Amino acid sequence: MLLTVDDVHASYGRFDVLRGITLGVAAGEIVAVLGPNGAGKSTLLKTIAGFLAPRRGTIRLGGEQVGGLRPRALLDKGVTYVMQRSSIFGKLTILENLELGAYIRPWTSEVMQDIERVLLLFPRLAERRHQRAEGLSGGERRMLEIGRALLLNPKLLLLDEPTMGLAPLVMDLIFEKVLELRAAGTTVLMVEQNARLALEVSDRAYVLEQGQTRIEGRGQELLASDAVRRAYLGGAR
Amino acid sequence: MFGGVIGLVAVGVSLIWGIMDLINFAYGEYLMWAMYLTFFLWATLGLEPILSAPINAVVLFVAGVVTYRFVIRAVLRGPIFAQMLSTFGLLVLLRYVAWLLFRPDDRQAQSVLATSVLTVGGLRVSGGELVAFAGSLLATSVLFAFLKCTKTGKALRALAQDREAAVALGIDADRLYALAWGLSTAAAGVAGGLVSSFMYVNPLVGDVFLLPAFAAVALGGFGNVYGAVGGGLVIGVVNVTGGTLTVPKVKLALVYLVFLGVLFLRPKGLWGR
Repeated sequence: MLLTVDDVHASYGRFDVLRGITLGVAAGEIVAVLGPNGAGKSTLLKTIAGFLAPRRGTIRLGGEQVGGLRPRALLDKGVTYVMQRSSIFGKLTILENLELGAYIRPWTSEVMQDIERVLLLFPRLAERRHQRAEGLSGGERRMLEIGRALLLNPKLLLLDEPTMGLAPLVMDLIFEKVLELRAAGTTVLMVEQNARLALEVSDRAYVLEQGQTRIEGRGQELLASDAVRRAYLGGAR
Repeated sequence: MFGGVIGLVAVGVSLIWGIMDLINFAYGEYLMWAMYLTFFLWATLGLEPILSAPINAVVLFVAGVVTYRFVIRAVLRGPIFAQMLSTFGLLVLLRYVAWLLFRPDDRQAQSVLATSVLTVGGLRVSGGELVAFAGSLLATSVLFAFLKCTKTGKALRALAQDREAAVALGIDADRLYALAWGLSTAAAGVAGGLVSSFMYVNPLVGDVFLLPAFAAVALGGFGNVYGAVGGGLVIGVVNVTGGTLTVPKVKLALVYLVFLGVLFLRPKGLWGR
């Protein structure tokens, strides 16, 4: 396994959010984390990304204990994180946003080549590279955030609700890009509210409830599961 | 001419405001200390006041970083009032240490430039003021170029907009906050060197700059470093024309009248969004 999360507990002050999460992500997989609001999905990603220290349990990356490391140390180890809320720098241009994605790398011609590669992946950004990012639509902002995270050539990409608030067509486009990333060898751990779409593209998925792992399985299996369908997919096949 | 210097001072105030959401009430005191540094460099080494600007920049840069490391960092996670009071405390400390050491007497370095008068487009201008204006524009341009074109400058602008997102990209907020303080106080250092050829220094001189600079920052749009320059120039023009058209004693009152008028019509400032 590339990432192993074992019995992780985390809290905001006295309020326990994660109460013993256990999951694993193999290299090259897309793994989805589903669950109702307040289940601890985003908190789980924040904990893996180093924004929240686990109170108990272990997080291992390639066998190495990384739980409690700060975000910068995790970036150095190849973990990049796209947060749930919009995190683009609106007053900077699209190109400057991308350059900052490679902030911890020396800015050489190699970085510029990687930026061009990202712009090829998201042609809508390429056309507007010198414009301020504040003019982008919701979907384009998501593309920019994902593109920016790719500039560190991550071993593990953490995506928190990549399609939140997007139109259905744009959602499809984002998932299409996630599949392209997997094909290029990037491992993705993704929290997603749109359970059906997430299960369709993911290799495996975990369902969280009240800070614990309740259900685990292959994406297609869970899509066919009566329990999952009733609880998260609105019942209908 | 005064507007250019106020623009530079306003950029220094605005830099901290924009990046850290913190008002540095002690900013004028850093400028006052820079003016004393210029005075003593002239008194001991005979250095022309304008030429002390780069030395001031380096010394004040270090002072800003030290202030951040030992004072500001400790209160940054506290309530906003603790942060504001800490810079107000710095104002009192810096002002009265200067009072204790240098007494309240006015002092001024003698400058070759101050006595020269140039004619620019039919207007007679003091050489010192003209160089101060040009030096302020140059220093502001260098700072803007740094913010616009360098990796660290872009990271500072990103940090100003969204700290958590910047940290997620590996930007070291603590190091850049220290840098922002250093750059901000270095701007005060340059301004102190530039104005010393035609202004007296005493422990209260910081107020001459700080209040118009706050007005310039507000006019330019809070935390907008580019707008702060424009605000400074507006303040300078109002200051001079107001003083000429009325009586010199009311010119500062006119500055604040214009300031209140602009904020009444555009609460986010002339260039605020």
